[in-house]
Amino acid sequence: MSRKLNLRERYQRMTRDLAWEPSYQSKSDIYPQMEFEGIKIEDWDKWEDPFRLTMDSYWKYQAEKERKLYSIIDAFAQNNGHMNVTDARYVNALKLFLTGVSPLEYAAHRGFAMVGRQFPGAGAQVACQMQSIDELRHVQTQIHTISHYNKYFNGFHDFRHMHDRVWYLSVPKSFFDDAMSAGPFEFITAISFSFEYVLTNLLFMPFMSGAAFNGDMATVTFGFSAQSDESRHMTLGLEVIKFMAEQHPDNIPIIQKWIDKWFWRGYRLLTLVGMMMDYMLPKKVMSWREAWEIYFEQNGGALFEDMARYGLRMPKYWEQTIEGKDHITHQAWGIFYNYTHAAAFHTWMPDNEEMDWLSAKYPDSFDQYYRPRFEHWREQAEAGNRFYNPTLPMLCQTCQIPMGFTEPGDPTTIGFRASDFEGNRYHFCSDGCKDIFDNEPQKFCQAWMPVHQIYQGNCGGATVPDVLDWYHLNFGVDNFDYAQSPDRQHWQQWKGEAAEESDAPDEAA
Amino acid sequence: MQIDIKTADIKPIRNTFDHVAKRLGKDKPASRYQEATFDIQPETNFHYRPLWDPEHLLYDRRRTAIEMEDWYAFRDPRQYYYGTWTITRSRQQDHMEKNFAFFEKRRLVDVMPAEWRNKVATLLVPIRHAEYTANLNNCYMSAYGYGTAITQACLYAGLDHLGIAQYLTRIALAVSDGDTAVLDAAKTAWTDDEMWQPLRKLCEDLLVTKDWFELFVAQNLVIDGLLYPLAYDRFDTAISRHGGSALAMLTDFALEWFGESSRWVDATLKTAAAESDQNKAQIEQWADAWSTRAVEALTPIAVAEFGAEGEATLAEIRAELVTRAKKKSGLDLQ
Ligand SMILES: [Fe+2]
Ligand SMILES: [Fe+2]
Repeated sequence: MSRKLNLRERYQRMTRDLAWEPSYQSKSDIYPQMEFEGIKIEDWDKWEDPFRLTMDSYWKYQAEKERKLYSIIDAFAQNNGHMNVTDARYVNALKLFLTGVSPLEYAAHRGFAMVGRQFPGAGAQVACQMQSIDELRHVQTQIHTISHYNKYFNGFHDFRHMHDRVWYLSVPKSFFDDAMSAGPFEFITAISFSFEYVLTNLLFMPFMSGAAFNGDMATVTFGFSAQSDESRHMTLGLEVIKFMAEQHPDNIPIIQKWIDKWFWRGYRLLTLVGMMMDYMLPKKVMSWREAWEIYFEQNGGALFEDMARYGLRMPKYWEQTIEGKDHITHQAWGIFYNYTHAAAFHTWMPDNEEMDWLSAKYPDSFDQYYRPRFEHWREQAEAGNRFYNPTLPMLCQTCQIPMGFTEPGDPTTIGFRASDFEGNRYHFCSDGCKDIFDNEPQKFCQAWMPVHQIYQGNCGGATVPDVLDWYHLNFGVDNFDYAQSPDRQHWQQWKGEAAEESDAPDEAA
Repeated sequence: MQIDIKTADIKPIRNTFDHVAKRLGKDKPASRYQEATFDIQPETNFHYRPLWDPEHLLYDRRRTAIEMEDWYAFRDPRQYYYGTWTITRSRQQDHMEKNFAFFEKRRLVDVMPAEWRNKVATLLVPIRHAEYTANLNNCYMSAYGYGTAITQACLYAGLDHLGIAQYLTRIALAVSDGDTAVLDAAKTAWTDDEMWQPLRKLCEDLLVTKDWFELFVAQNLVIDGLLYPLAYDRFDTAISRHGGSALAMLTDFALEWFGESSRWVDATLKTAAAESDQNKAQIEQWADAWSTRAVEALTPIAVAEFGAEGEATLAEIRAELVTRAKKKSGLDLQ
């Protein structure tokens, strides 16, 4: 009778064995979201626990990580760690992170709490609940780390307010709103599999290696500290797909549709990260193109070869991303350069050395399509004519990025698609975004489109300053070119650099 | 290159985030709890109605009958954000690990009278299923509740309950020398024995309760407030009188947790009730209704534990809860 339980049995007793078959209430009333997406689960007991952590060991490991992390954050603040970054331009990458990414960690926390309550299997519940609380950890450690930067730099000061309002932040916000407002199976396919498993390296590697290369030890630390959570989340993502695929053949077409959708959603979202890698890091890690080759073409390619046994294939339009890798980051940076008067971070044109790096990394596109334009803008800025686009851009109804991506096969023509729904016409940046809309027009026609909202008078007023005020964006401080920014001025003072001795790129401006 | 500048030259341009400063009344250094909590949940401009609840927004104040001008009026007196929560729990866990090791090394199970060992197996162990219900309920509040000030603490509570359910599982194994039959028997009792059915029905009814704040009152005030004193406190006392005091080492976490969690629950209800008479009346109505049901559900267990004194013990516990609710939260319960 006395026998030590092995790890698997012990975990089984500690989690699944807590659940019972209800009889006073029906399962469909306790778990009311299980049917409507059409996913068929015959046996939740077939769920393989992706990791086996009981609360006692969870607390032990996580507390160790938290103690280390906070001691480094404390030391960073005490020692004015921000002074060790390569250049104050770098800090703009963190602005994008805190306003764009950290709120998504929060959204993931709440989304996983939802699925952690909605899935009927105790194994799946516990895995999702642990991810939920990990994501809460991520948003909070990010706020605590970046809190120090907020004390010394502009653009961070009202990140939550901005996330709910600012035009480009509706790109990440709508991404997670989309996932959370879907059912539990789509949510977990979108976030755990398509994002965490397939694409997460393209988010974390650029920011964390970017931080390491640019002397930001605080960000490196929270990044590494989150990584062990992340590896648990990735195994959950893979288990979810396998589980759904093995439960019923009818699930396959549904899963494939979601993979197609969320791959494209994720790809568009990551454009902002790619632009950060190629343009915002003073010291570059690798190009977007290289990252896409390694993390998607190679790793993702191998993954989907493996998924073929379930009847799942590569996400639709993946070929377009291979061509797009030469273009999207330059196009996106061009958009932000044009509209940086309405953004809470600064932009600038690359200096000569950076232009050469871009030429070398993008031999098939940069010199031909982007360098001439960028050199022209730079000359104009140096001559005192820094260009800001005064008109409001048209946004893609799905990804909400301004329409600025070019046609497959034609890098000189802006891509443009449209659909009619209930008497209205909706516009899209690409086939991928149009398909997503056409599959769920009732959902995507609801999108809170920042530009439409401005025109409808819902954003503080009719003029750009009114809208920026409504964004809580400090005019002349948070926005405009880096060259004129108070951030740059402060940096030069702290570094004891006279303005004319600065090695910043726009010194002549 | 060494940077050669005096720290004094590098002055902060602000002390905290604007939304935090607004709540503090001015721009001054904020605590980690404040920065991790205030206004972190999205508030407005949601893109799509949830497919699973098109009547509501993704985050919606109207998922409960309780109304608050400001859902960040709530404060966790423990000031838990993830870091402080997990570090506190790991300390308690260290302590528990030592207790379990001591219990096993000294073979304290052998000093427990067989009758009381059996009572642990049949009266305490099945409660792990109720703890699992509490886990799901707090997860629900965290998912569908409003405002990080409450919802983060609900998730901590949810995972705490999972931890307690897992300690109960370990207790079952500790008092039976690792015999998993104890767990099986306790689960069969939970699903089939007449004695446990009112409590199981109560748990299943909670799992279909839609108003998340009602669930907060029912689970965190009422059920915890009656079950912990009965199943841990009174039971520990009784077993100690019969040579089973070692059990207290193994239930230490649960009791300590209950005291700590009550501070948060009381403060939360105090804030909600102080907001309006309407809130206060609503909370009282929920609390009374669920108390009546919970007392009924716990009666067979109290009787099995304390025989003829069972009902009186439970009445006493309910009276203590009424006193606590009045004193700590200003609620008038029956
Ligand atoms: Fe995360
Ligand atoms: Fe798009």
